[in-house]
Amino acid sequence: MSTILMEKDLETGVWPEWFDQSGAIQEYESAPRPTRKDEAWRFANISALDLSQFQAAPAPSNEGRLITASSGLEKFSAKMVFANNTLIHEEAPQLPNEVLFLPLEVAAREHAALFRKYFMAQPVELGSHKFAALHKGKVTSGAFLHVPANTEVALPVEIFHWVEGAHSSVFPHTLIICGENSRVTVVDRFQSADGLKAFACGVNDLHLAPGARLTYVAVQDWSRDSLAFHLNSTIVDAQATSTALTANFGGGFLRGESLSRLVGEGSRSEMYSINPVEGTREIDQRTLQDHLAPNATSDLLYLNALDDASRTIFSGLIKVQPGAHGTDAYQKVRNLILSDEADPNSMPGLEILNDEVRCSHGATNGPISNEELFYLQARGIPRETGCRLIVNGFFNALLQKIADPALRDYLEGLLAKRLVLGGTPQK
Amino acid sequence: MSTDTKPDLNIDRSIGDFRYDVAYEFDAGLGLTARTIDYICDVKKDPDWIRKFRQDALKKFESMPMPTHWASPDLNNIVFENIRYYLSQGTQAKRSWDEVPEDVKRTFERLGIPEQERKFLAGVEAQFDSEAAYSNIKAAVGEQGVIFVGSTEGLHKHPEIFRKWFGKVIPTGDNKFSALNSAVFSGGSFIYIPPGVKVKHPLQAYFRINAENFGQFERTLIIADEGSEVMYMEGCTAPKFETATLHSAVVELVALKGAKIQYITVQNWSPNVFNLVTKRGLAHEDAEIKWIDCNIGSRLTMKYPGVIMKERGARGEVVSIALSGDGQHQDTGAKMIHAADDTTSNIISKSISLGKGRATYRGLVQIGRHLKGCKNNTECDALLINTDSRTDTYPAITVHGKENACQHEASVSKISAEQIFYMQQRGIPKAAAMSLAVNGFVNDLVQQFPMEYSVELKRLIDLEMEGSVG
Repeated sequence: MSTILMEKDLETGVWPEWFDQSGAIQEYESAPRPTRKDEAWRFANISALDLSQFQAAPAPSNEGRLITASSGLEKFSAKMVFANNTLIHEEAPQLPNEVLFLPLEVAAREHAALFRKYFMAQPVELGSHKFAALHKGKVTSGAFLHVPANTEVALPVEIFHWVEGAHSSVFPHTLIICGENSRVTVVDRFQSADGLKAFACGVNDLHLAPGARLTYVAVQDWSRDSLAFHLNSTIVDAQATSTALTANFGGGFLRGESLSRLVGEGSRSEMYSINPVEGTREIDQRTLQDHLAPNATSDLLYLNALDDASRTIFSGLIKVQPGAHGTDAYQKVRNLILSDEADPNSMPGLEILNDEVRCSHGATNGPISNEELFYLQARGIPRETGCRLIVNGFFNALLQKIADPALRDYLEGLLAKRLVLGGTPQK
Repeated sequence: MSTDTKPDLNIDRSIGDFRYDVAYEFDAGLGLTARTIDYICDVKKDPDWIRKFRQDALKKFESMPMPTHWASPDLNNIVFENIRYYLSQGTQAKRSWDEVPEDVKRTFERLGIPEQERKFLAGVEAQFDSEAAYSNIKAAVGEQGVIFVGSTEGLHKHPEIFRKWFGKVIPTGDNKFSALNSAVFSGGSFIYIPPGVKVKHPLQAYFRINAENFGQFERTLIIADEGSEVMYMEGCTAPKFETATLHSAVVELVALKGAKIQYITVQNWSPNVFNLVTKRGLAHEDAEIKWIDCNIGSRLTMKYPGVIMKERGARGEVVSIALSGDGQHQDTGAKMIHAADDTTSNIISKSISLGKGRATYRGLVQIGRHLKGCKNNTECDALLINTDSRTDTYPAITVHGKENACQHEASVSKISAEQIFYMQQRGIPKAAAMSLAVNGFVNDLVQQFPMEYSVELKRLIDLEMEGSVG
C-alpha cells in the first residue's frame, strides 16, 4: 500500500454521501497491479509505477504567486485555478449565464442528477482501471462545465492545475458536458509550481450531445521527473465534433489513455497529440477509436520527437463495431528520431467487424533529413538550432488543426518556448 | 456490398478430402507424458541428447501458460490429452517409389504428386502422417552434394551439421507450441546446400494429416551454406475430420554468408485443424531469407514467419496471403529483427475475410540500438467481403537509431460495387466477378509464387469464393 493512502484526506466530507470514495479505494487496492505480461502494458516500464514515495499534497504555500502565474490567453470567458487539489481562484468575465462552470464537489451537491449521469460514466478500458479507482477515491475537487443546448461560449474556458512540494500527489479532474448544438473551447493546463517530483492522477471526460462542437486542449507540463496518469474518455453523439489536442511537455513517466466513442450517426472525433521527449522520460499513450454508429469519422495523429534515451509507446486501436457502416477512420503515429538511444514503440491496431468501412493506419519512424538541415545550415543557421526549428515545424503542422487563430497563436508560442527556440536547449 | 450475399463454405474440397484406413505400425497412444516421449525416442532410436532435449522440452511445455492473454481463446478448445503424438508406419524413409505401400501411393496419387510433378521437381519428400513415407532426390541434386532427407535421418546421418543448428534459431521455450514440437517432433525435412550450390528446381514436400485426433509435429531445418541458393515448397492438404486436430510445426532456416533461401507454403488444412506453427530464419552477412506464405484452410492458424538479420547486409522478406471463411481465423503476420547495420526487410500482407471469417495481421519489427542504415517497409491490406467479416491488425514496431527508417501502412477496404456492376454489365456473373476482383486484389502477390503454385492458388481462391455471394 502506498503512503498516499495512509494519509488522512485534507478535507473530509466535501462529497455527498452517495459518492463512495472508500469503495473506490477498496477497488484500487483489490485490482491487480499491471504486469509486463498485460497487453495493455506491453513495452511499458512497470517499475516506474512505484507510488510509495508520494504523499498527500500540503496546502499551497503562495496562492497569490500561482494565481499571477496562471495567465494564459489574452481573452477568455472564464478561468479556474487549482493548486494541490484546492480551488484558489475563479473568475468568469465573459461566460453566458446559463453555463454551469463549478467546482466539481459543488456540482455533485447542487446538480446531483447531471453529475451522476456523467461523472466517470465510462469504464476505463485501456489498462489503468486501477488508477482510475485511485483517482475516484482521492479526488477532492476539479472543474465541472455544462454548456446547455444551443449555447455558444465564444471565448475559451481556462483551467489551471498546479502541483507544489516534493512528492505531492494531485488528482485533477475536468468534466465537460456539451448540450445539443452547443459550442465551447476549453484549455486545460497542468503545471508544476517548483519543478519538484510529484504524482498526478487525472481524469478528463468529455461528453458531446448531438450537434455539439468542442475543442479541448490539454497542455501538460509537470516536472520532468514526475509520474503522471491522464485518463480521458470522449463520447460523441450524432453530428457532433470533438477536437482534442494534448501536448505533453513534461512528466518523467506519463501514461495517457484516450478513448473516443462515436455513439451517434455522423459524429466526428479528432485526437491529436504532440510529444517532445528527451532525457530518460517515457511517454506511454494508449488510444481507442470505438465506432458504434454509422457514418462516423475519427482522425488520430500523434507526433513524437525523441531525443537522448527517451522512450515512447503508442498503442492505438480502431474498433469498428458491426453496425457502424460508412465508418471513416484514420490513425497515424509519427516518430521523429533525434538520437541513437531513443526508444520508440508503435502498435497501431485495427479491429474491423464491418465491411462498409474506410480505415487506414500508419506508423513511421525516421530521422531529420540531412537535406533539410543542410538547407538551414547553408543559410547560416547552426545545426543545433536547425534541428529545433525542424522539430518545431514537425509539431507545428498539427497545431494548424486548431481553427481559432488566437488559440493557435497561443499554442505556437507555448511550443516555441518549450523547444527553446532562439535560446540554449534545455535537457 | 449488399447484404443479400450468403456466406457458405460448403465448397468442393475435392483435393484432399478423402481418407484411407491405414494400419499404423507404431502408435504412441493418446495423451502426452514423459513415457510418451520415451516411447517416441525408443521407436526412433534417438540419441541420448535428443531424448534429453525432448524431455526438457516437455517440462517447458507443461510449465508455459496458454498465450490467451493476446491470442484467440479458441486455443483453450485444444484437448491435449485427446491427441496422438506419434504414429508411424515405420521409422525409415522409403528409398524408392516401388517400396511405398499401395494404399499410401493411392493417397498421393489423388494429390497429384508423382506423375505430373515429379518431372518438375528436384526432390520429393512426401510426409505421410509423421514419418516420411517417400523420399527421392533427383540424381543431379544429390551429385551437387545437397542433402535432402527427413529430420530423423538428418539427425542420425549428419549429426555434425544437424546438431550445430538444431534448436538454435527457435529455442525450445520460444513459445508453448515450439516447446510442444521440440518434445514430440517427428518428420519434416533436413536440407543442407553446400557452398556455392544453386539448386535450380524447387525442393518440395507435401504434408498431410490422415488420422483423426492426431497432431502432426514436423520439424524442418534448412541450412544454406555460403553463396548457395535454394527454394523450398511446402503444400498442405488434409482430409476432413469431425473433431479438431492439431498441427504444430517448427521450421528453422539458416542462410550463411551470401546465401538465399525462399520458403513457400500453401496451407489448406481442413477447417477443424489448429495450425500453430513457428517459423524463423537466421540471415548472416548479405544473406536473404524470403517467406512466401499462403493460408487458406484450418480452423485457427497462428503463424508469424520471422527473419533475424544477424549480420551486415542481410535481408528479410515476408509475403503473406490469407483467406478466411466462416468459422476460420487466420492469425498470421511476420517478425523482422534487425540486429546489424544495413539490414533491410519488407513485409507485404494481404488478407481476405468472407462470411464470418476473421483475418488478423500481427507483426513485430525491431531495429536494435546503435545500428544504422536499416530499413523496414510494412504494408497490410485487408479486403472484407461480407458484412459479418472481420479483420484485425496488431503491429508492434520498435525502431532505434536515427539513421534507420521504418514505415508501416495498413488499409481496409471492400470490393467496390462499381467494379462488380461494371463486370456484370459485360455479362460476367456476379460470383465470377467477385472472384475476379479478389484475384485482382492478391494478383501481384500470387505472381511471386512458382507457376504451378500460383495456378493452384488461383483455383483455391475460386473454390473458396464459390457460394460466398448469393
